Amino acid sequence: MKLELRGITKRFGSLTANDHIDLVVRPGEIHALLGENGAGKSTLMNVLYGLYQADEGEILLDEKAQHFAGPGDAMAAGIGMVHQHFMLIPVFTVAENVMLGNEQTKAGGRLDLAAARARVREISARFGFDLDPDALVDDLPVGVQQRVEIIKALSRDAKVLVFDEPTAVLTPQETDELMVIMGQLRDAGTSIVFITHKLREVREIADRITIIRLGRVVGEAAPTASNAELASLMVGRSVELTVHKELAKPGDEALVVRDLSVIDALGQLVVNNVSFEVRRGEVLAIAGVQGNGQTELSEAIIGLQEKVLGSITLDGQSLVGMSVSRVLEAGVGFVPEDRNHDGLVGEFTIAENLMLDRSNTAPFVKRGTLQLAYLNQFAEEKTREFDVRSQGIQTPVGRLSGGNQQKVVLARELSRDLRLFVAAQPTRGIDVGSIEFVHKRIVETRDAGVPVIVVSTELDEVTALADRIAVMYRGSIVGIVPGNTSRDVLGLMMAGEVPDVITTVRADQIEGALL
Amino acid sequence: MSDTAVAATPQSPSGGSSTPAPAGTPVAPAPRSNQILRDILGGSVVISILAVVLALVAGGILIALTDEDVQTASGYFFSRPGDTLQAIWIAVSGAYSALFQGSVYNFGAVDFAKGIKPLTDTLTFATPLIAAGLGVGLAFRAGMFNIGGQGQMLIAAAAAGWVGYSFPLPYGIHLVLAVLAGIAGGALWGGIVGLLKARTGAHEVIVTIMLNYVAVYLVSYMLRTPGLLQAPGSNNPKTPAMLPTAVYPDLLGSSYNLHAGLLVSVAATVFVWWLLSRSSLGFKFRAVGVNPNAARVAGIDVKRSYVTVMLISGGLVGLAAVAQVLGTVTSGFSSGIDAGIGFDAITVALLGRSRPWGIFVAGILFGAFKAGGFSMQAGEGIPVDIVLVVQSLIVLFIAAPPLVRAVFRLPTPGVTGKKKPVRLAKAVAAK
Repeated sequence: MKLELRGITKRFGSLTANDHIDLVVRPGEIHALLGENGAGKSTLMNVLYGLYQADEGEILLDEKAQHFAGPGDAMAAGIGMVHQHFMLIPVFTVAENVMLGNEQTKAGGRLDLAAARARVREISARFGFDLDPDALVDDLPVGVQQRVEIIKALSRDAKVLVFDEPTAVLTPQETDELMVIMGQLRDAGTSIVFITHKLREVREIADRITIIRLGRVVGEAAPTASNAELASLMVGRSVELTVHKELAKPGDEALVVRDLSVIDALGQLVVNNVSFEVRRGEVLAIAGVQGNGQTELSEAIIGLQEKVLGSITLDGQSLVGMSVSRVLEAGVGFVPEDRNHDGLVGEFTIAENLMLDRSNTAPFVKRGTLQLAYLNQFAEEKTREFDVRSQGIQTPVGRLSGGNQQKVVLARELSRDLRLFVAAQPTRGIDVGSIEFVHKRIVETRDAGVPVIVVSTELDEVTALADRIAVMYRGSIVGIVPGNTSRDVLGLMMAGEVPDVITTVRADQIEGALL
Repeated sequence: MSDTAVAATPQSPSGGSSTPAPAGTPVAPAPRSNQILRDILGGSVVISILAVVLALVAGGILIALTDEDVQTASGYFFSRPGDTLQAIWIAVSGAYSALFQGSVYNFGAVDFAKGIKPLTDTLTFATPLIAAGLGVGLAFRAGMFNIGGQGQMLIAAAAAGWVGYSFPLPYGIHLVLAVLAGIAGGALWGGIVGLLKARTGAHEVIVTIMLNYVAVYLVSYMLRTPGLLQAPGSNNPKTPAMLPTAVYPDLLGSSYNLHAGLLVSVAATVFVWWLLSRSSLGFKFRAVGVNPNAARVAGIDVKRSYVTVMLISGGLVGLAAVAQVLGTVTSGFSSGIDAGIGFDAITVALLGRSRPWGIFVAGILFGAFKAGGFSMQAGEGIPVDIVLVVQSLIVLFIAAPPLVRAVFRLPTPGVTGKKKPVRLAKAVAAK
């Protein structure tokens, strides 16, 4: 089925999220939609899926104009969507999830589960999925859950499939498998829209590439285009794709973690007997697929976890059992992985957020009173130094873009005297310009002799920043490998396997940190 | 919908691909009620004013509907509609003019001194409302619903009153001690709530409501028991009169009820303003109030701040009780001494959007309603309940900012330029 979007425009108040976007997806092609976070990709797809109504423009399927009042219409017309966050019900079986919203019934309104099971088997067989229709979705690995989503779309005879950032939650191996599946679907005649911001994937699988920036189509490219070309189209200027850093000159061991286990509020062992050390002037990256204990590990260091066994010592001082404020006072800087949830108070001004974790002591507080004059001067200085773009230091932080918010967090944490810097997902959801900036500051911090821990699920970020990489899987560290370990090896380790031979790549071949 | 048991999701052990657990320990932040609070307190001054206007309009309609002359005239509305309109005008304007003359200036009085008396009455009524409103508002700002004003007032009244009538002490010292006892009593009753929330995660709304009952019956019991609070030689559940050394001095002489408690309420307003906008403690309160998670990650002791804020909040509510016991009703008090102020304080705090000076103004407005309500009933025969209805409507309109915005066609703040996240109703973002 041929999908055509003509002049789609969608405004939210004064913001134009989509500005006259034209897009043609031919039958049996994979069309990549490439753009930064906030470029308007998701809005466009929500218009296509009937979740938003376009202010202008039209959607054509096989040259026929369509009017979608909701996802139901879009599905009926043959459009299917595989969401970034799966829209599945964990306690239902695969068959139940597939039939949900499209239930076939027998006489008396009884569900026809047998038909749904047969449908799942039939589609699985067609694409070589090995999928049990009666398995609970909750018990399936993430990659398999995504296949359930795909089957769900296909079971409604979707001729156009939209994949919204499908690889964000997958291990590298699962990503490779998904690429194969997408290829099969294409060969079976399905048109595919592939939304992503990862250049590597686009070049690997896409037939054509449309690049969106600030709500507009800024160009089309062939998959043969180089990373640099695609990146500059996406960002609107030429970008540094690699992080420039000298070889680390590691000093003494600063942070020593021994036999650390963390039990979460539900009583589960989320970090299992982990040991590592970080030296002054080196970056230890903690890699792994989301949800393998990295979050809890970083929280344990900062004092946010209550049930912690084992030892954490920083320069000989034990951190276990200390309150968060004492850990911060001991010189630990922390960038939490969800800045809106844990890092910033959205209603507070930039200035107030800059003193959030120093509300006890001089120079911000004297005799219980806030030193507003000092705070304002400090905030002016830091917003300039960290290039926070806003209408002034009294702007509520919630109004800033993700990148600027992250710079506020970074400015706050890096303007203390640090003896350890822990950054969790430091570049999640921020624009490329800010990513460059954040990476630069992290490397600078390292070069100033501070031990740095970067927790990241993005393999590119890990390989770009790390001097050593600890890979976590199910709460344990699978292994600690050199920073130039090849992606294949890291991918295997992220799936829990310990490879026999650690292959490495030469430093000058590490590429694509940013996108 | 299916034959599979919909049981709690079994989590796979040891992390694995299971849902990333939200940041560990149970600080028991109440994100949902926080959001409600944020919505209510985020409204602008305009919303507050419009809510009052709307409530007065609705009150006017009620007055007209319940007025007998209006009812009679509407019986022949189609032959002489003018009569009905005139009757409505007389009823509504009469009522609101009585409200004004009973609360600000009585134009029928013989001289200025008598004419201005209603205003001083308004301020007298406002004195405890401001103090209690500050207490409730401060708790709001730290993310806590303090519904326990009644209990805190009763305990504070008992403490202040006991010191006030029991110990003959010199002028000044006695008053100060009695006031401090009241503050301590309120702080104790509020502090229990903070402590329970911090230690056990018990929700403060339930705890404060239950502590209201405890305080009501405890104080009633003490008032009925000789040797505790009951006046010696009396069978009434009432305390002895306050000693003159412990009473707030009159501000404008004995012909007015206005007492020095007003100055204390003004001072409390200044104190809360300083606390919230200039102090380190208030900074932490506000951070905990809007984002307890970020506060915790930033090293702010969220649990401790729950306890501290409830101590201060209870202390401020205690000041309201002190104003009642040592200022307004100095002849000894019974169990009705709180006079509903603990609950009115919630309205006052909401109307003042939990800003100290907003609460101050709202407290005076509610004082005016109380003072004027009586003269409305006395002069125009309009039940004082109408005033209560107006007060309640104000809360309703404030609690529903979208309603006020819809009525006056105001734009919704914060919508422009923000993409709303789209979520399908049934869908679950698995894993």
